[in-house]
Amino acid sequence: MGSIELVCPAGSPPMLRAAVEAGADSVYCGLRDETNARNFPGLNFSPAELKEAVALARDHGAKVLVAINTFARAGADEMWRRSVDTAVASGAHAVIVADIGVLSYARQAYPDLRLHLSVQAAANSVEAIGFYAEAFGVKRVVLPRVMTAPEIAALAKETPIELEAFVFGGLCVMAEGRCALSSYATGRSPNLSGVCSPPEAVSFETDENGLTPRLAGVAIDRFGADEAAGYPTLCKGRFEAMGETSYLFEDPVSLNAMTVLRDLRAAGVKAIKVEGRQRGKTYVRRVATAFRGAIDALDRGEDCEPFARMLTDLAEGGRETEGAYRRKWR
Amino acid sequence: MSALELTVGPLMFLWSPERIADYYAQVAAAPEVSRVYLGEVVCGKRSPLTVESLLLAEEALTKAGKSVVWASQALPATPREARAVRELAEASALLEVNDVAALACLPKGAAFVAGPMLNLYNESAVRALAARGCQRICANVELSLDAVGAIAKACPDVEIELFAYGRLPLALSGRCYHARAHKAHKDGCLFVCETDPDGMAIRTVDGAPFLAVNGIQTLSHGVHLADADLDRLVAAGVKALRISPHTGDVAAVLAAFGAFVRGELDGAGLRGAVATTRPPGPLINGYLHGRAGMLAVEAL
Repeated sequence: MGSIELVCPAGSPPMLRAAVEAGADSVYCGLRDETNARNFPGLNFSPAELKEAVALARDHGAKVLVAINTFARAGADEMWRRSVDTAVASGAHAVIVADIGVLSYARQAYPDLRLHLSVQAAANSVEAIGFYAEAFGVKRVVLPRVMTAPEIAALAKETPIELEAFVFGGLCVMAEGRCALSSYATGRSPNLSGVCSPPEAVSFETDENGLTPRLAGVAIDRFGADEAAGYPTLCKGRFEAMGETSYLFEDPVSLNAMTVLRDLRAAGVKAIKVEGRQRGKTYVRRVATAFRGAIDALDRGEDCEPFARMLTDLAEGGRETEGAYRRKWR
Repeated sequence: MSALELTVGPLMFLWSPERIADYYAQVAAAPEVSRVYLGEVVCGKRSPLTVESLLLAEEALTKAGKSVVWASQALPATPREARAVRELAEASALLEVNDVAALACLPKGAAFVAGPMLNLYNESAVRALAARGCQRICANVELSLDAVGAIAKACPDVEIELFAYGRLPLALSGRCYHARAHKAHKDGCLFVCETDPDGMAIRTVDGAPFLAVNGIQTLSHGVHLADADLDRLVAAGVKALRISPHTGDVAAVLAAFGAFVRGELDGAGLRGAVATTRPPGPLINGYLHGRAGMLAVEAL
């Protein structure tokens, strides 16, 4: 492992293998149910697959982190407790949790279990992080994607808790876990059911105005004949405000923060994270290879610039942003 | 004696001192309201503009016999905002907590209310916070009445308040969408949010109103109304109903809820009465039924 831990996504056992072979230090994955925030059909791990994944990762010197990062359903939190039990039984290195109820169970049932705070808890301050550390013994916090690089550096100085920052992939423009736009339109949301803008609510309509993607009947965007249509994620669509139609919340861009990797590393950020459990093994192999190369280059005192260009074509919508890491994003 | 208590939630929008004074004067005159939450919960930049008006409101409300509870900001993001949360937490006898950061700032064992923008979705989470002083929760707006009932049943010592009237607080961001729509950034926003006292209308490409932007916050276009019948709410363990501040006929909204908690109006009657008060959007209630929040479903 280099100076900063590379944490990569795995939506399936083949993807996990690709990630560790390409140099990921850790891989995060979820169980095949609504206890994790990528609850898509055909994705995720059975308990037996998770156990095998831990063994395979160990053979490559890598660790498995299990995301149990949705909010348990009132009156039915047994499923979330069982997921924690399954993760512990698999020998995984840590569980990634957002819900205070699940954290509370995990800490009481397994006093030695390593707990990471999920980005879905959106802990963005030394006070919030301090609460989770004091109340539940959280060892690491995954930072929300709404912070600037200097803010992260300031935070790292003030807290002894390990920080993990997203550097690549899809970008939530809202504070993670503090957004119910999806359930407002469809009834399902990341916090309630582990999905955002769920596929069963999507429809496409073509008429003389162009192609209109809809979510539960609500028009999310409209594409002309010369435009490439993307998936209608609610906050990434075009809406009208003050008589003007635009990407009001966020342009359809993906995060690529390799250019601030040096700053994050200097700030003392312990781990960097790649988004995209839904994107497959080719994706994770390429992203892991590029970031492995970049970290190793930085550790040798070299520039990581060449590695940044390796991934441009992978961005959703083909365009990249450094997101909130640069202050003018706000 | 009413079966349910009435409260008024914190003002989400940047209102002028005159509008603030007028609104809280009407609240002070409403006999059924027992508790009022005050404070800037959305954007710390607004606090200097509203703090005096809110302190005057506190005075008037206290004089009228209402209890005042200060509410903390939902997504403190700057050192100044973090400091404000800490000062509020240390100074308040009972604080409404809208972000985990405020929990860390409360004196040990201090009583608090968990606000609707705190992510409490189940009885285990509520129990964990009750052990730290949580007396009451205003349920997260995504929760159905059944989910609220399950929490109430498992946590009999925690009072349950229900977000009962107003545009739903749906999302928070680091980015200010008011500023962005005005081609500016948060740091140089010129307080453009002041022009929209119920939020800025966001329409779909079809021209259908859909959401409302309020600085870093996104709200629903529809106005949520918890219009289940009184006995159904009481059976679910609900103790209080929260009215969220908006423009329109404020006295009539308060009067309608007053009649509802006294049992003079049923759910449908409440809906009929509130519909005539010029709410900023159509009345909706989907979340209450475990459905999409934007839907208007027949009363329970």
